[in-house]
Amino acid sequence: MSVIIHKDTKIIIQGFTGKMGTFHAEEMIKYGSNIVGGVTPGKGGQKHLNKPVFNTVKDAVKHTGASASILFVPPAFAADSAMEAADAGIKICVAIVDGIPSHDMIRIKRYMRRYSKTEKMTLVGPNCAGIISPGKSMLGIMPGHIYKEGRVGIISRSGTLGYEAAQQMKNLDIGISTSVGIGGDPINGSSFRDIIEKFEADDETDAVLMIGEIGGPQEVAAGEFAKENMKKPVIGYIAGLTAPKGRVMGHAGAIVSAYGESAIEKVEILKECGVTISKNPSVMGDTVKSVLEKM
Amino acid sequence: MDIHEYQAKEILSSFGVTIPRGGIAYSPENAENKAREIGGSKWVVKAQIHSGARGKAGGIIVCNSPLEVAQATDKLLGKKLVTNQTGPEGKIVNRIYIEEATDIEKELYLGLVFDRSSESIMVVASTEGGMSVEEIAKEKPETIIRSKIEVAVGIQSFQARELAFGLGIDSDLIARASDTIIGCAKAFSELDATMVEVNPLVISKQKQILALDCKMSFDNNAMFRRNKVSELRDKSQEDEKEVYASDRGLNYVSLEGNIGNIINGAGLAMASMDMIKLAGGEPANFLDVGGGATPEKIVKAFRLITMDKKVKVILVNIFAGINRCDWVAEGIVQALEKIEVKVPLVIRLAGTNVEKGNKILKDSKINYIEASTLEEAANKAVAAL
Repeated sequence: MSVIIHKDTKIIIQGFTGKMGTFHAEEMIKYGSNIVGGVTPGKGGQKHLNKPVFNTVKDAVKHTGASASILFVPPAFAADSAMEAADAGIKICVAIVDGIPSHDMIRIKRYMRRYSKTEKMTLVGPNCAGIISPGKSMLGIMPGHIYKEGRVGIISRSGTLGYEAAQQMKNLDIGISTSVGIGGDPINGSSFRDIIEKFEADDETDAVLMIGEIGGPQEVAAGEFAKENMKKPVIGYIAGLTAPKGRVMGHAGAIVSAYGESAIEKVEILKECGVTISKNPSVMGDTVKSVLEKM
Repeated sequence: MDIHEYQAKEILSSFGVTIPRGGIAYSPENAENKAREIGGSKWVVKAQIHSGARGKAGGIIVCNSPLEVAQATDKLLGKKLVTNQTGPEGKIVNRIYIEEATDIEKELYLGLVFDRSSESIMVVASTEGGMSVEEIAKEKPETIIRSKIEVAVGIQSFQARELAFGLGIDSDLIARASDTIIGCAKAFSELDATMVEVNPLVISKQKQILALDCKMSFDNNAMFRRNKVSELRDKSQEDEKEVYASDRGLNYVSLEGNIGNIINGAGLAMASMDMIKLAGGEPANFLDVGGGATPEKIVKAFRLITMDKKVKVILVNIFAGINRCDWVAEGIVQALEKIEVKVPLVIRLAGTNVEKGNKILKDSKINYIEASTLEEAANKAVAAL
């Protein structure tokens, strides 16, 4: 079984009948993901893309046995939808949407504290590309065909930079066990550390590529975790060497506001933690290759 | 989104924070009248720009008569103030705030921010007001006290009291100090702020606790539900090209170099800028046209980059994921039919249907340099300078 999702994972789509939900549902179905239905309040009982539509996530879970969901609802309603999924017993929820207020993200994370560790939903995103386990399932919006099946895990804040890495690796004939986009927001559902811990425990993953960027403490926290707890090698790249201090670089979370948040500082700390650094974004694949050859 | 000092003061005042008497002025006559209205014998004339460190840049003038207030206002209005936070081009002064002078006994620091480690709201306070929080952290870290707000219940009175006692405030002023801290915390939570800073928070000789200078920033993602706050945006304080970009749904940051960038995705945009730097060049901007890189966005992006006179080369780097390179290439061709580009253009396409995309570009009339990898694109852009 691959980390987080596998071939049979039953997936529902929240915001199913909208333009975005429809388009990406079709893409996921084409890839082979097990989409079992969707939720659009008020449209329960209808069929969409030949799958049942439900009014509530609870109804959808009851009738389909879904354990995963993906959100395509507008930012204003995203927090509510994520909490609805958590309460309905969904185990993994991916929020693709960009533009959720930070105060809402804090509220979601506090809300989820009501569940015990074993019952708690894993939230990935927002503002992310989602999750793919190549050849098995796609719970995201990435171009599935650039991901080759294999044994390297990828964690990336950025969507397109994650694609860049997957393509470079495919060109070198290196496959991927699972790729997780954790998103570019300052407060997100799962951190680098949360996902790297899952990869360390995953028997289908041999090494992990972590693609970070300026801003926040998460890359360093993952590096420290790797140093203390990991046997698998970690390769890292940090984007934003040229980013000026105090400016938001596209992603709401990509802003240097404190010590240790710039690209140079993060690279230095990660090196000390034993992470192999890809010195530029053009050699992420080559760096993974050199690490795998040494294993 | 940032707002002006006087706007932040009005907001905090409505949450129970005491501020010195003051008023806004747009002309010297206006300012003189305001000074008489406020009364007293000493006033402070404060240039309203979106920047700290205004004092050192000459943006804050103490005056001893209404006539002096008018003269100071005349001197500041329409002027560009350059501080260590504005960049060399400075920011224009269009509004002046006139305030009664305060007899300061003690200057304190009070700030609220999101703490990304604990994913909560953090109150930061120090006895060393008047300095920037970075300076305090460097020079007097032992004076900093912190308190985490549990967002589910908001700040509690005991937390505010602990902070106030921690700042060494006299017992008879603790209640007022606590109310000030609670007011700031409420404003932060209720208005989707990302930063509230009162620096200095002063204790006056008359034993008042006053917010002497205030700064507030807000979450752009929450402006859809904050109509009143979003009305406070002052575009004259933002870079002209950045305003153009944000009005058109593009993520753009103006930088100092001369290689213009058009890229899809924020991470890839930062990575491409890094490659330019490693190749020996300097990026003129950060520009993310969005993961989708639709033809409309590409047209807008070319318009924006060609507005920037310092750009000597343009680098386009698009990774077509869910869309296709052939579609992106058509977008580029369409854009270049509408917009004249006089500088060398380097284009790198990658991802879905890359061969088809490159063929469309080659068969078109556009004059460009093709690159296949990130590294090659950056090297060719620098070589074309």
